[in-house]
Amino acid sequence: MPAVLEQTSSLLESAPETPAYLPAWFANRQQAAWQRFLTTPAPKRGDEIWRFSSIKQLDFSSFQKASASRVNELIKRSTGLASPAAKFIFVNDELVHAESNLPAGVTCLPLAEALVSHSDLVQTHFMKQTTRLGSAKFAALHEASLTNGLFVHVPDQIEVAGSIEVHHWIVGENTAIFPHTLIVTGTSAKVRVVDMFRSADETQPGLAIAINDLSVGKNSRLDYVAIQAFNEQTKVIQINETTAARDASATGFILNTGAQWARNESLSRLEGPGSRSNMLSVSIPSEHQEYDQRTFQHHVSEGAYSDLLYKNSLYDEARTIFSGLIFVDEAAHHTDAYQTCRNLLMSDTCESNSMPGLEINADQVKCSHGSTSSQVSDEEIFYLRARGIDSVNARQLIARGFSVDVVERIENDEVEALTLQFIDAKFAKIAQKSL
Amino acid sequence: MSLQITNLHATLEDGTEILKGVNLTIPKGEIHAIMGPNGSGKSTLSKVIAGHESYLVTSGSVTQDGEEILGKSIDERSRGGIFLAFQYPSEVPGVSNANFIRAALQARLPKGQDIDAVAYYKHLYAQMDLLEMDRKFTARAVNEGFSGGEKKRNEILQMIMLAPEYCILDETDSGLDIDALKIVAKGVNAMRSPDRGMLLITHYQRLLDYIKPDYVHVMAEGKIVRSGGPELALELEKDGYEFLKEPALA
Repeated sequence: MPAVLEQTSSLLESAPETPAYLPAWFANRQQAAWQRFLTTPAPKRGDEIWRFSSIKQLDFSSFQKASASRVNELIKRSTGLASPAAKFIFVNDELVHAESNLPAGVTCLPLAEALVSHSDLVQTHFMKQTTRLGSAKFAALHEASLTNGLFVHVPDQIEVAGSIEVHHWIVGENTAIFPHTLIVTGTSAKVRVVDMFRSADETQPGLAIAINDLSVGKNSRLDYVAIQAFNEQTKVIQINETTAARDASATGFILNTGAQWARNESLSRLEGPGSRSNMLSVSIPSEHQEYDQRTFQHHVSEGAYSDLLYKNSLYDEARTIFSGLIFVDEAAHHTDAYQTCRNLLMSDTCESNSMPGLEINADQVKCSHGSTSSQVSDEEIFYLRARGIDSVNARQLIARGFSVDVVERIENDEVEALTLQFIDAKFAKIAQKSL
Repeated sequence: MSLQITNLHATLEDGTEILKGVNLTIPKGEIHAIMGPNGSGKSTLSKVIAGHESYLVTSGSVTQDGEEILGKSIDERSRGGIFLAFQYPSEVPGVSNANFIRAALQARLPKGQDIDAVAYYKHLYAQMDLLEMDRKFTARAVNEGFSGGEKKRNEILQMIMLAPEYCILDETDSGLDIDALKIVAKGVNAMRSPDRGMLLITHYQRLLDYIKPDYVHVMAEGKIVRSGGPELALELEKDGYEFLKEPALA
């Protein structure tokens, strides 16, 4: 039996109420999700899909929802791209700022508003896939608890120049948020969305259970970047679901620098011939941070391409877990699928666990998977130091370089620069401690 | 003003002695060449001067203009004006050449002072032109995917940019075709100065046709066993190192 909960407002205690102005289908979904949350067994030690995970991190009983505060301060701190196509700021899931310069026809709305104004469209795409990488219980909690998010719909033939920038802040002690990003494109459309996740304070524990759902239409291109830079007291579950139709191209990039514990579950479904999915990630855990990454490249259609590249630089006592599966359905002939996880071990006490996997049920496929863990070689360090660069900076340069080639695959200078700012801030923090 | 190596002994971590009492003085303004068979300790000497931590100096000294450098770290020695051009330069993935050299220059400035980016690139491009290096090398990751000749040219580029007082070139000519060798030599010759001493380590006399040394030394079994003028290199090219097998030379 769990311990008696002291906080009566714990988010686990009672069913969240769906506001009356939202459509009935959504209220029903939330109620059903709450029941699913209650009845789905909690992950336990020994579950293959949670292998190497710290199950103890999954006690969320101390967290509760909270209203937004310190809004003006956080709006000021929400710096990002120089001129985003649209900018949204959420504080504790409440929309506090919105600006948009999007082309006519593009729908880009807070989810709470879109549920009313574009109810059918949202219903068609909202959490369509079954969460299958372990966090079904928490996806249900997310679905039951979410109050807002961002809905983007880019219709046929529309290309959005620039990027849609979204800030998600947690403020207050033990606050839980449920960010939701739903992006849908029509045929031959194009859009890029950047989600940034941060805490208002460095010391207050928080919880984020985030889901992003990307539905990439025929011949469309969708780039999604998630920058997770919460404080190091925060727990995160982030679930990424991507479906790519015929000739569609999806790129998902996840940066992890923050959080005490973060679980990323990323699934790409390649549903149409000629579809492509790039699944990219850079993680830089230090001290006792733990990042747990589970990926699934599901080749449903023939003639599709997926390429996964995850790079982790681990410092101090940090841990990472990577478990990835390329799954090729029976009909998915001529599949091209790659999966690489590389770990750079920056201390003798960090720990990386890798479980790459492959299951092929079709013919004439090209697949490869592999993972490596290595330390920076002494010769490499000697080379940099022989140019006058001190040992701390030499190691940083090498680790930064290790991350950069993944960042460059975002293929947008402005977003790459923004991502590198977060990477550099993390390295600066690590360097500060090692002085 | 000189780089002075006196009775230098150094061992590997397992205790094997590689340098067995090296004596060599390289005054500013002079170019010295060391030749010698494989395993004679030439590369070890260059690494020990640069401060490589795999070697233990058991006795002797290395002074730069009178100041002992053996107690200094690798990067302190570099910032102090010692430069080693590597025989096998490391690749540094994800770090562009321009940023790498810039970081090295930045490391030489006092805290809070930054490099003037415009002047930096102007200077960098001029030196790349001298070495006939395409501009694309500024954006490429350090040595990654470079040919042997490109890597060596890149070493010389770094040397010119850092403008050291004492340069040690460890087999910079190895693996270069004659055209690449000429370009590298042009860069090295451009660095000749009364304010700079150089030590060339090489297997082949050919290098010395393009970079004229003032003195040539022969190293064998961890010691300098013969010294002479440039003519010594020609003699070695003709007769090889057979003389080393003769008993005690005068």
